Amino acid sequence: MQIYLPIAEVSVNAFLLLGLGGMVGILSGMFGVGGGFLMTPLLFFIGIPPAVAVATEANQIVASSFSGVLAHLKRRTVDLKMGTVLLVGGLVGAALGVLLFNYLKSMGQVDLLVRLCYVVFLGVIGGLMFIESLNAIRRQKKNGPVRKRKNHNWIHGLPFKMRFRVSGLYISVIPPLLVGLCVGVLAAIMGVGGGFIMVPAMIYLLGMPTKVVVGTSLFQIIFVTGFTTLLHATTNYTVDMALAVLLLIGGVVGAQIGTRIGTRLKAEQLRILLALMVLVVCGKLALDLLLQPSELYSIGDAGGH
Amino acid sequence: MRLIAVVLASILAFPAMAEEVVLGLSRDQVAITADFDGSDILIFGAVKRESPIPKGDPLEVVITVSGPQKPLTVRRKEKKFGIWVNTDAVEIDHAPSFYAVATSAPLGDVLTNVEDLRHNITVPQAIRMVGAPMEVQNAQDFTQAVIRIRENANLYQTLEGAVQVDQQTLFRTSIDMPSNLTEGVYPTRIFLTRGGEVVSHFETKIDVRKVGLERWLFNLSREMPLAYGILSLAIAIAAGWGASAAFRLLRQG
Repeated sequence: MQIYLPIAEVSVNAFLLLGLGGMVGILSGMFGVGGGFLMTPLLFFIGIPPAVAVATEANQIVASSFSGVLAHLKRRTVDLKMGTVLLVGGLVGAALGVLLFNYLKSMGQVDLLVRLCYVVFLGVIGGLMFIESLNAIRRQKKNGPVRKRKNHNWIHGLPFKMRFRVSGLYISVIPPLLVGLCVGVLAAIMGVGGGFIMVPAMIYLLGMPTKVVVGTSLFQIIFVTGFTTLLHATTNYTVDMALAVLLLIGGVVGAQIGTRIGTRLKAEQLRILLALMVLVVCGKLALDLLLQPSELYSIGDAGGH
Repeated sequence: MRLIAVVLASILAFPAMAEEVVLGLSRDQVAITADFDGSDILIFGAVKRESPIPKGDPLEVVITVSGPQKPLTVRRKEKKFGIWVNTDAVEIDHAPSFYAVATSAPLGDVLTNVEDLRHNITVPQAIRMVGAPMEVQNAQDFTQAVIRIRENANLYQTLEGAVQVDQQTLFRTSIDMPSNLTEGVYPTRIFLTRGGEVVSHFETKIDVRKVGLERWLFNLSREMPLAYGILSLAIAIAAGWGASAAFRLLRQG
């Protein structure tokens, strides 16, 4: 069944959108990532204009994260205090990110920088997670219980300490604020929720328990992407409600299923799967930059270079 | 009634011409609804003349349908430091979002280059570029790229021999408009030619517009963007919460 999208001004198959939403929703529920880093490129492939894809994706992430966060709240796996600290950083970061984005746009090359950002971040994070999870699994096989990660590093020397009961942490608020800020900036530039960056940062940098990380990152993502949606809707008019609704119907159902699957898998398995997925997307984007494109020319709106 | 109005208009517009177009359209409005999936428009008409059919070259018909004109930026990629990067950019002053030319015989036979230039009929003529930056070489490649990309997307069509002409009087063709149409007024022109020279032409327009829900959403997003944004978020949150509640019921029941 074909459906015409009023803002994107293209006609696409409704079931294709539902399917895409569902698939990405499952991953979102499993890993606590918004799925934007997968969905945004997929939307480009089916012919949605990039500006509309990025803005609408932010709106869709709100929906899939909301159902995800409710499931996590029920299981008490959300650290609200930590989430709020991350959120404060995130909102400031998103505003800075939009400024930076517009500056890059006026210089041209914004596409390239977004792609390079993707390749670098996905590559580094995917690689690190993959190695770490492999080691964890290997250790588990050899020595039985996993040796506890060393929890004392430079982060514990910083001032403004706060107790995060749910995470079982007593650390300075500066690192979570900075993590939130970086994620906010990247979210605005790359048009994603930023979970795939925040989740590893929370695990490896802040030392939060994996089970709490997923719910807490979803909590932060909801507000940051909600803010981004409003910014796009009021400045660029690129949020397509029809597209968003179709994606989110698939997405919310998928997220529920994904959350169920996520609770059955072991933390290490979850991490290695996420790492592999991140690496695949990174490889695809890197190939696009390295191989000669079949069409060297591209058409854009006037004044946008 | 409309046909009569069109006849009257054509008589008033070209009182001195020996051969005039009387036009009909299968529809002069294309409504973009939620399930819009492209549209076929039948363009038909007759040639009205006071005197007998002139001897010599046969009558040929050229029909063009054009989308709204918009300026564009075309960018070219080049390999730099091992990766493909956008380097040169050229502004195109006017390029129609859709353009179809249908003729009754091969283009070279029905139209001379001079007439093409005068009336801007063929696809390359429909695109206007005032000037490229000095440092950009082969600026023509950029307009050709626009044509190539849009021809591949079925947005620019050259349909040679697609107009049927009966007894030098009746003509008809069908234009297939793709699903990714831009809203706006689509000027439609009909040229009658003999020996490559335009002997008469007629212009009308097809209205392409969103209707119903599509119209409402589009207007809301432009006129009240904040309300639109909040509504989008509200729908997103309601759907997220709804799904969560539904799954909980499912598990309990």
